[in-house]
Order: sequence, then C-alpha cells, then structure tokens
Amino acid sequence: MNQPVSATVVEEKQLVVGTSLWQDAWRRLKKNKLAVFGAIVLIIIVAASIFVPIFSSYSYDQINLDKSSEPPSLEHWFGTDQLGRDILVRSLIGGRISLMVGVIATAVSFVIGVTYGAISGYFGGYIDELMMRIVDVIYSLPYLFLVIVLLAFFTKSIFMLFFVLGAVSWLTMARIVRGQVLSIKNQEFIEAARAVGVETPMIIFRHVVPNTLGPVIVYTTLTIPSAMLSEAFLSFLGLGVQPPLASWGTMVNEGVEAISVYPWQLIFPGLMMAITLFSLNFLGDGLRDALDPQMRKD
Amino acid sequence: MAKSNSAILSVRNLQTHFYGDGAVVKAVDGVSFDLKLGETLGIVGESGSGKSVTNLSILRLIPYPPGKIVGGEVIFDNKDLMKIPENEIRRIRGKRIAMIFQDPMTSLNPFMKIGAQLMEITQLHEGLNNSQARKKAIEMLELVGIADASRRIDDYSHQFSGGMRQRVMIAMALSCKPELLIADEPTTALDVTIQAQILELIKGLKEKIGTSVILITHDLGIVAGMTDHTGVMYAGKIVEYAPTEELFSNPHHPYTKGLLKSVPDPLIEQKKLFQIPGLPPDLSNLPKGCPFSPRCSSATTQCQEFPPIRQINAEHYSACWLEN
Repeated sequence: MNQPVSATVVEEKQLVVGTSLWQDAWRRLKKNKLAVFGAIVLIIIVAASIFVPIFSSYSYDQINLDKSSEPPSLEHWFGTDQLGRDILVRSLIGGRISLMVGVIATAVSFVIGVTYGAISGYFGGYIDELMMRIVDVIYSLPYLFLVIVLLAFFTKSIFMLFFVLGAVSWLTMARIVRGQVLSIKNQEFIEAARAVGVETPMIIFRHVVPNTLGPVIVYTTLTIPSAMLSEAFLSFLGLGVQPPLASWGTMVNEGVEAISVYPWQLIFPGLMMAITLFSLNFLGDGLRDALDPQMRKD
Repeated sequence: MAKSNSAILSVRNLQTHFYGDGAVVKAVDGVSFDLKLGETLGIVGESGSGKSVTNLSILRLIPYPPGKIVGGEVIFDNKDLMKIPENEIRRIRGKRIAMIFQDPMTSLNPFMKIGAQLMEITQLHEGLNNSQARKKAIEMLELVGIADASRRIDDYSHQFSGGMRQRVMIAMALSCKPELLIADEPTTALDVTIQAQILELIKGLKEKIGTSVILITHDLGIVAGMTDHTGVMYAGKIVEYAPTEELFSNPHHPYTKGLLKSVPDPLIEQKKLFQIPGLPPDLSNLPKGCPFSPRCSSATTQCQEFPPIRQINAEHYSACWLEN
C-alpha cells in the first residue's frame, strides 16, 4: 500500500522540478557516445598541451644536433626532428598554438558575427540591406587570397593570425544570427519587452541574442576546427606561425620534407591534429543534435 | 468623443497605416476616444478591425516599416505621446502605461527566469537594486496569486501553465503601479474557468492600485461584466461608443446590433446561429462610404456617403445614418 503512494510523490517532484533547455540538451549530449568520446579526447589533449611542456625535461626550441632525426624511443617518445628537438613536446606546444588559434579566432568571429548579425536583423529595412550587402561583398572575395594579403601586408605575428582568421570567418556567423534574429524579433515577448520600456540595446543583447544561441553554439564548435585547419594550411605555406615556435601546420610542413626517411616527423603531429579535429567535429555534431529541437525524439 | 476634463487619455483622430506591396492598409483610420480616470473602457470588434493596432499605436509600438502612425494625437498627462522623443515615451512604457498581451505562452522570454523578467522592469523604471527588485518581484507574484512565489521566481516560463503565465504578465504590468493598463485580449488564449479568474484578478487589482484600464476583446460577455464604456470598432474606426449598459440595451449601429445577435443564448435552442453576412472589408481597398454598408441589411443609397459620428443621446455616439 505504501509503495505506490511514495512512487507518485517522487513522480510529482520530478514534474515540478522540470528541465531547462540546457539540462535537456546536456542529457541528450551525454547519450551521444561519439560526442562524449570527442569531449574526453579533447580534454586530454588540452590538458596535455598545457601541462606536459611545463614538466618535460625537454623544451620545444632546445636544439641537440647529436640526436638529429632519432626514431621514437623511451627517451623521445615521438622521436626527434632534424635539429634534434623532441617531437612530443613540439607537438604539444604546436597543439597549444593550434588550439589557441582555433579558440581565439572563433571568439573574434563570434563577437563580430553575433553583434553584426543581431544589429542587422533587429533593425531590418535599409540598415539590414546595407549591412548584408557588405557581407556579400566580403564573401565574394577569395577567402585565402584575403588572408594571404592581410598577412603579407601586416606583420606575421601570431596575434595577427588570430585576428585575420577571425575577421574572415565572422561572415557566416553574421548570416546565421541575422536569420535567427529575424524570426525572434517578431515574437510577442520582444514586443512585451518593448512595451515595458526596455532600451533597444538591452532588447537585442538580453532578449534576442540568448534565444539565437543554439545554432550559434553549434556553428561555433564547427568554426574552431575550420580555423585550426586554416592555420595549419597557412603555416604550411609559411605564412602562419614562425619558427622556432611550432604549430601542427609547420611541423607537418617540415615532416613532409622528410617523409620517406623519417616518417615519424610527419605522422605524430599529423595524427594529433587529425584526432583533435575529429573530436571537435564529433562534439560539434553531438551539440547540434542536442540543441536542435527538430531532433527531439525522446 | 466626449470632451472631459478628467480624461486620463484622449485619443484624437488616430491613424495608423501599413505599407506593403504597393497597397496601403488603413488599419486604424481616425479613431477617437476618451478614457476617464479610474474607468474601464472596452474596445470590441472582429479580428482585423484595428483594436490591437490602436493600442499599440498609443505606445508607439508599431513596427516601422511596414507600419506608420500617420496622424492624430494621443494626449496623456497633457502631452501628445505621438510627438514626444523616443526616450521619453520609453520611460512611460511599462511605468505609467502598461500592457498585457493576448498570448501568455509567447509573451515571456523562454530563456530568462520569470524573476529576471519581473526584476527588469522595476530596475529599469524605479532604479531598484537587485535585492529590492527581487523582493518586489516576489511581492507582485504573491499579489497575483502565485503560490510559493519565492521559489517559483527562479523558474522558467515553460514551467508555468497558461493561466499562471498570464498572472505573471499581469504582475509584470502592474509592478510600477501604472496609471493606465492596456489589456489586449488578455483571456483569449485561456480556457473559460481561467478566463474568469484572470478577469477577476484584473478587476480586483485595478481597484487596489487605482489604474484605468483599456480592455480589448472580441468577447461581448467580457465587455458586459468588466467595462464602464464600450467602443465598437469596425474597419479601423470606432463606429459606436456608449456606456456599456446603454450599448447592450439600446444599440444603434447595425453592426453592434449584429454583434449582439451573434452571441448564442444558451437558454434558447437555436437551429442556426445568427451571423452577420459577408466578411470584414479589405482594409487596403475599402468600399466607398460606410465600410459596413455592403453587409448591412438596412443600407440605403445614403450609405454611399460616409456617415459622420453623431450623438444619439448624452453619452451615446454612433456613425450611422439611421434614425434609431
């Protein structure tokens, strides 16, 4: 007799507590094994990139010509490069740079893109028309050409790289946000916010933008790998990170030269980059499924 | 209509048009009315007759483009709301004139906690700090009858039912003790039992706070129970305006008569429900003269000319050529 009563009480409690959108998304994300795997791998790589170089007895720019191009051994797990530098430490330093490029460039594109798209979409009319035509014009310029010109024109510092990559990847973000804002700004709660006298900037950034975050987060997680890939490509061309600093792109570039003789110089940094990009994409896909209400089956 | 010194709000010849695809939609086409202090004014009419646009225009909330207030005055506190600067009217919105919207399901931001939305208003208009605003928000939620308010304040809107959300909306609207409350079909989206509760709540709080109310609705039953005066809108105009009792007992305009006849009487078994023939006119292409004439059974050739609004008796006005 007691059993069913307590069961209903528990049920009612759960009903009252309810789940917020984020809790719901989190629950679904946890169910996606690939996404969880991606997240765990990412955490390991990030932690290793941060901590291993600090505690390792080798440094990324420590040249030791006696040990040039040694194969992997207990001493040097990933072997050494032509200048005798430890590839494990260099890969992890490269990971720091690559992840930083990915995150900072994405953050730059996020800030510019969300602000620009939200303003364009919210005000609409001529402002929207003008702002979106500007985006179209920048879109029509060849992306890499633009990056190469900007990098050649300004100094080839790593901060420039963050900025340049961010500055060319905000366009899609702006379009996504604008599209979202167009549909949200006509909803009643925005009208209600205006009716209680909330200022326009507050409406945009407090009421409209948070409601666009689902698709924006998904796009963000997919921008990180694409920025990292661009960085690798630019470094491969010699336009990115300058030696002795390493990034995965420059290491792959150096490794390619010695691929037939010393394959580990290419394989290890290449593998780390591939694993990171895979993990980011898995996580991004998982987030998309978790946040997209159309996918709600359960 | 009636010029009165105690009017809290006077709307004079308000005109709001929408532009699109080369056509001009005259959603509000010369609306005038007065609202006396402490009174409740009902505005009834079919969907698309311009009720909501009239009231959005009062607070200049018409989205431009496509909409534009092209003429008229709205006098509130000796100022024409149509002419004051934007930041001045923003300080009136929510503080001195508040609104409740039709659909409580979509009028609350799904990403913000109820409390944050309630606090936003008092922080904005009364400069309260966080803890004061929170206290005030809990107070308001208790006032509108939300049980366990101090806990529910941290819930999101989807955790509330429709009737509860409308209570939250009312709490929000009344937070700053507004002088005027515009309720735009506040019960349309709710079921009948909740409707009655919400209306009672508005009525009670109106007296408690001393707010004047404009109640927009298409439900004549609500008008009868809640309002002192009623304006009937048709095709962007107020076609009849009278004290509510007078309007029900002695309607003058054929449209009002039609509306009253359309209400089914549960005590009499009707084979077929009465309906006004035809459809409301296309507001971008109004018929010449009286806009109701194509649907009106008493229309004459005189109706080709637009009927002026006439005084029927002391407080009863109607825009129709008919002699009683």
